[in-house]
Amino acid sequence: MVKVREPGNYPSERLKCWNEAKALRRKYYEDYVKAHERGGIRWAGGAWTLSAIPEGLGDDVYPLTSEPYGATIAYFKEFALKCQEAVEKAGYIRDLCSYMRNYWGSIILDKFILADGTIIDEFPAPDFIWQDHICCSHAKWYQVVRELEAKKGKEIPFYCIDVGVGSYKQINERRINYVVRQIEDGIKWLEKVTGRDYDDDRLIQAIYNECKSTALWSEICTYNRAIPAPLDEKSMYSLYVLGTLMKSKKECVEFYEKLLAEVKDRVERGIAAVPTERLRLITDTQPPWGFLQIFRYMEKFGAVSIGSLYTFGLIGVWEVKEDGRWGPPVPPQDRGIEFKDREEALKFYVEWNLKYKPEWQHFYHPKLKSEMMIRIVKEWNVDAVLLHYNRGCEGLSLGIAENRLALIKEGIPVLPFEGNMGDEREFDLPRTQAAIDMFMESLGLKKLTE
Amino acid sequence: MFEKFREWYEKRHEYAREWKEKTGGKVLGYFCTYVPEEILYAADVLPVRILGSHEIQSVTEPHIFAMYCPFCRDCLAQGLQGRYDYLDGIMIAQSCLHIRQAYTSWDLHIPVDFSYYLNMPHKVQSPHSIPFLKGELEEFKKAVEEWVGKKITNEDLDKGIEIMNKNRRLMKQIYEFRKQDNPPLTGTEALAMVISSQMVDKREHNQELERVLKELPNRKLERDPGVRLMHIGSVNDHFDFMERVEQLGATFVIDEQCTGTRYFWNETPQKEDRLEAIAERYVKRPPCPSKDWEERTRLQHVLDLAKEYKVQGALLLQQKFCDPHELDIPAIRELFENNGIRTYHLEFDITVPWGQFRTRVEAFLEMLQEELLYG
Repeated sequence: MVKVREPGNYPSERLKCWNEAKALRRKYYEDYVKAHERGGIRWAGGAWTLSAIPEGLGDDVYPLTSEPYGATIAYFKEFALKCQEAVEKAGYIRDLCSYMRNYWGSIILDKFILADGTIIDEFPAPDFIWQDHICCSHAKWYQVVRELEAKKGKEIPFYCIDVGVGSYKQINERRINYVVRQIEDGIKWLEKVTGRDYDDDRLIQAIYNECKSTALWSEICTYNRAIPAPLDEKSMYSLYVLGTLMKSKKECVEFYEKLLAEVKDRVERGIAAVPTERLRLITDTQPPWGFLQIFRYMEKFGAVSIGSLYTFGLIGVWEVKEDGRWGPPVPPQDRGIEFKDREEALKFYVEWNLKYKPEWQHFYHPKLKSEMMIRIVKEWNVDAVLLHYNRGCEGLSLGIAENRLALIKEGIPVLPFEGNMGDEREFDLPRTQAAIDMFMESLGLKKLTE
Repeated sequence: MFEKFREWYEKRHEYAREWKEKTGGKVLGYFCTYVPEEILYAADVLPVRILGSHEIQSVTEPHIFAMYCPFCRDCLAQGLQGRYDYLDGIMIAQSCLHIRQAYTSWDLHIPVDFSYYLNMPHKVQSPHSIPFLKGELEEFKKAVEEWVGKKITNEDLDKGIEIMNKNRRLMKQIYEFRKQDNPPLTGTEALAMVISSQMVDKREHNQELERVLKELPNRKLERDPGVRLMHIGSVNDHFDFMERVEQLGATFVIDEQCTGTRYFWNETPQKEDRLEAIAERYVKRPPCPSKDWEERTRLQHVLDLAKEYKVQGALLLQQKFCDPHELDIPAIRELFENNGIRTYHLEFDITVPWGQFRTRVEAFLEMLQEELLYG
């Protein structure tokens, strides 16, 4: 049973680097759109794609990662609905990944939405697609993108890497090499489709950047163990997203260094994300992006979501440290590792991704995810868990019902709620709020404010 | 002539129990047709595919979120209800996310001696997938050896390969008869033949296939074959549906599904390195849509089958929520229509709403008949 605490009365203040995060995100989409004007290259791939690899083509190579773009569309519900209806009209089935449908809809409508909701004409087609595949929708997503663009007369080369080689417990040299060999082929392919020479120095720098930025994000998350939490999950969405957009760029490293310093400072000064914090929650899977007000609704009870395996681990990397708690692995440059050549760098990079990415583990077994969620509950002083049974994402909802059973077995209060991260037609706000009311009541909490 | 196959399918649990009693061997339940049965036969283990029972159930609600396909939930329900209590082991070869959940929940809640997740590569179009799978098969073979307590030799593997290949060869020969203008077997019978091969000892199944092959040339069905149909999809053991469609003036002459051609269409090649040969067979088999990328190789294969078997219309049978097939259906539809073959899409759940489906299939058949008559 959760011990009901008195509402907090903590000092709170706005994040100083908030505007910089927003500006970086805005610039990211604008850079992608304007890449050709600057003689650069546009490419597309998932948020999990091995994005350090295309960096070897030059500094003027700009990606559009698919899931964050699908989420951006979802946030602007009116445009999202138009995208979804266009996709259904084209004959695709409504229960497919909602990010994917939003993205396809944007192509079909030939409209592109920027981070601030500005809609521009003409979807900027990528010059090539560089994807990886662990979820059934990953490669198929871009197979359809290529077909939709082909109907507009654009032929887009597509390369995809299979990273489904087993859980972190199974990783060995043979499995790492399977992925490495695919990347090596992919680099030759990149040279062929872009006509550019590949620069291994740039590749190595991008790998350093990615390892650093993903480890920095994890370190930032460890500071949320503090009571009060310096960050709330709703705000974290605007911060972790940079890792999903540009994890191998130096701008990402620099931003996360600043953020880390600020979060440390907040903890030292006892600055809370939510001044009335008295109940600490975690959630799971992507939120319903068009309805982030549910987080503010929970705050009326003094309940704050301090993160999730999703926000900590979608981009963050984790290992068990000497003290038995979770923390970031040390990036190669901080271990004094200097890569001698491409192969050595690729091997390290692949191992980093396969071993330390928590959100790749439940694809093999839900018990791996349950273990990690229970760990977060214990190490981050969490009182209860909200599970978003997310109809929009078959990949991250995979095994969620078993996660619920495992959490309950540990005596952790759990509220499952059904919704969809990207399709508002499958999210019922009043019903979800009513479920939160009941859940809070069952935990002995009443609203502090209306 | 095909009754034995249907009987095997309907009494699959009795069959497996009797097989165990008779042979003293182990029975392993598997969840996807990418499982290399050659190695199991080599170890004298009987592989049986876990299938649902098409009954409404609620036992899986706590285990699998309802947005995943009814098939995976139906499979798990069988385990939770104790219908596969004779299994000594379970395994899956990495395939779609949906069926993976049936396997992992089974692994968590229904204890068996042996449970194995085989890392079947997703990118079967990569030149590196065969060596990768070979390595995975080496590990799997070791695990099986430990489980059964005996070494699997090359001779054992040859035996496993031969049992599997013979079964594939014989079924393919029987499928040849379906090319005839008036096929001597219905689609429902063909389905019973293939699906039963996934659950009985293939040596016994092969004997039955040989008997059928002898008698089939003299068989003439006293029925108008009607419209020549193809059915395309994932798993299909909807016998009621198949029979009823074939009673409406149609015959299923070919399929592309994992309880059909995708299961048996290609053989394991002969190679000195047996595991490499097995790996090659599974990498090069007609792909499940979840593995068919970056290029869409499946589409041409499906179209070739349709042409070879002179298909006049195709039913696209989609398990509700089955993302990989949903991602192929618009492309198949477009390809078929561009090649003058009409398609009709039906979404399946655990049970078949025949009242609705009948009206829809009848309309489709009428349209096809009109087109056939008037061009």
